[in-house]
Amino acid sequence: MDRKKRLTKGDLINMFIRMNLQQASFNFERIHALGFCFNIIPAIKRLYNSPEDQKAALKRHLTFFNVTPACVGPVLGVTAAMEEAKANGAKIEESAISSIKIGMMGPFCGVGDPIFWGTLRPITAALGASIALTGSVLGPIIFFVLFNLARLAALWLGLFYGYKKGLDLVLNELKGNKLQKITEGASILGFFVMGALVSKWTVINIPVVISQITTADGSVITTTLQNIFDQLMPGLLGLGLTLLVCKLLKKRISPIMLIFMLFAVGIIGSALGILA
Amino acid sequence: MILSTLQIVLLFVVAAIAGMGSVLDSFQTHRPLIACTLVGLVLGDLTTGVILGGTLELIALGWMNIGAAQSPDSALASIISAILVIIGNQSIATGIAIALPVAAAGQVLTVVARTVTVMFQHAADKYAENCNFRAIDLCHISALIIQALRVAVPVLLISLFVSPAGVQNLLALIPAFITTGLKVASGFIVVVGYAMVINMMGAKYLLPFFFLGFVIAGFTTFNLVAFGVLGLFAAIVYVQLNPKFQINPIVATSDSNTTDRFDDELDD
Repeated sequence: MDRKKRLTKGDLINMFIRMNLQQASFNFERIHALGFCFNIIPAIKRLYNSPEDQKAALKRHLTFFNVTPACVGPVLGVTAAMEEAKANGAKIEESAISSIKIGMMGPFCGVGDPIFWGTLRPITAALGASIALTGSVLGPIIFFVLFNLARLAALWLGLFYGYKKGLDLVLNELKGNKLQKITEGASILGFFVMGALVSKWTVINIPVVISQITTADGSVITTTLQNIFDQLMPGLLGLGLTLLVCKLLKKRISPIMLIFMLFAVGIIGSALGILA
Repeated sequence: MILSTLQIVLLFVVAAIAGMGSVLDSFQTHRPLIACTLVGLVLGDLTTGVILGGTLELIALGWMNIGAAQSPDSALASIISAILVIIGNQSIATGIAIALPVAAAGQVLTVVARTVTVMFQHAADKYAENCNFRAIDLCHISALIIQALRVAVPVLLISLFVSPAGVQNLLALIPAFITTGLKVASGFIVVVGYAMVINMMGAKYLLPFFFLGFVIAGFTTFNLVAFGVLGLFAAIVYVQLNPKFQINPIVATSDSNTTDRFDDELDD
């Protein structure tokens, strides 16, 4: 196909910078609709000259859109490639562009949420926080640098790869199982580290005394309920509480409500001497 | 410690950065680890800011916005808590007690702000009619300013009227058993965040890896880096060995059927 109108490297860099502001106009009506339009404006300006074409392009990118912000790159890249083909005279219906966009929303939320919110951020933040607890400013710096490097790389590579591959990406590559492999791998890493955090960083202590034995040499051995739980399995109570909260969240009890409920448990429990 | 004009201005700027971070969810400036550190920097007590940030970060580890669902607000909570702890010379535990109610209040403000920004969406629709690119860009950026002010204005009000004696008098009104109880509760409030992460992850048949991590952590003193490496190896080996990902299509179809059925049973 004859490609007279092409996006320049500068357009792509402009779009890359704009992607960092993806959620600026987040609203409950159309979520990222305006954000996506904002991202693709450099492409629209480059590809369409007549006001009618520009207006049509702007309007078709002001429709509902929502994706994990770090994963907008490939969607924007593919959409820009389709707009480019359309501007060069290819027979692409408006509805085709919209449905590709909507079609990519689901898979990339499915990949982005577990990878960025379920794995990458908890792990880098936990690493940073554990260093920060010693008072070292290295903690926040490590978190900021690691998370943003990964996020910016995903935006940059996603945009360029999506633009270069265009529709091929949607028609061929996503049909394969590459995305599913990455998602499953990241989920395993996320689950594994989360299990370790539940054990290591949940502090519950039940100092209720079960038995007190005075040994022959006069020293007293006190066994509390907590000692028994720790002998069974360290962190068992934290695990039980985590699974209980999972159930309650599924019953649509809000996180902030659960936090206040746990506060109440802490206050009542420590007042009665059951928790310490 | 009385705040200088420069400090009040800088706190306003830091709060605006955290407010923008909170909606963008890009650079993570709304996370306690970053926001508290910046407040510590402005108020000349970096160490307290960093430690409070680390503590609150662990509590907020799993707080996330998925789709249109809003999490408790870490931006406002981190900044107000850090200001009061540093100026009032309070303990980190008190900081937690301050942060959580503020996170709930901030969540309400977030929902209000994200409803107000519907206006900007509609304004952009109008500008699209006459191809006004610049105005559409402006609509998008103006909405971001609303989000910055959402955090910066409450913080400005607090930093104008805050005084060490005022903070101490206010916190002295809280009875001791509540403060002790909050300290105890902060040990296990983290589980709400963990539960949010677990529920968000779609592939429930991978839960054995969660329990594996739990058991290994219970009986070893490995640090987080070790767990990251172990988890990565587990992920690579799982994907390599999983018949679902093999090239041979016959094996792949028959296996994906059986795992699907297995998943269905687990979901019930």
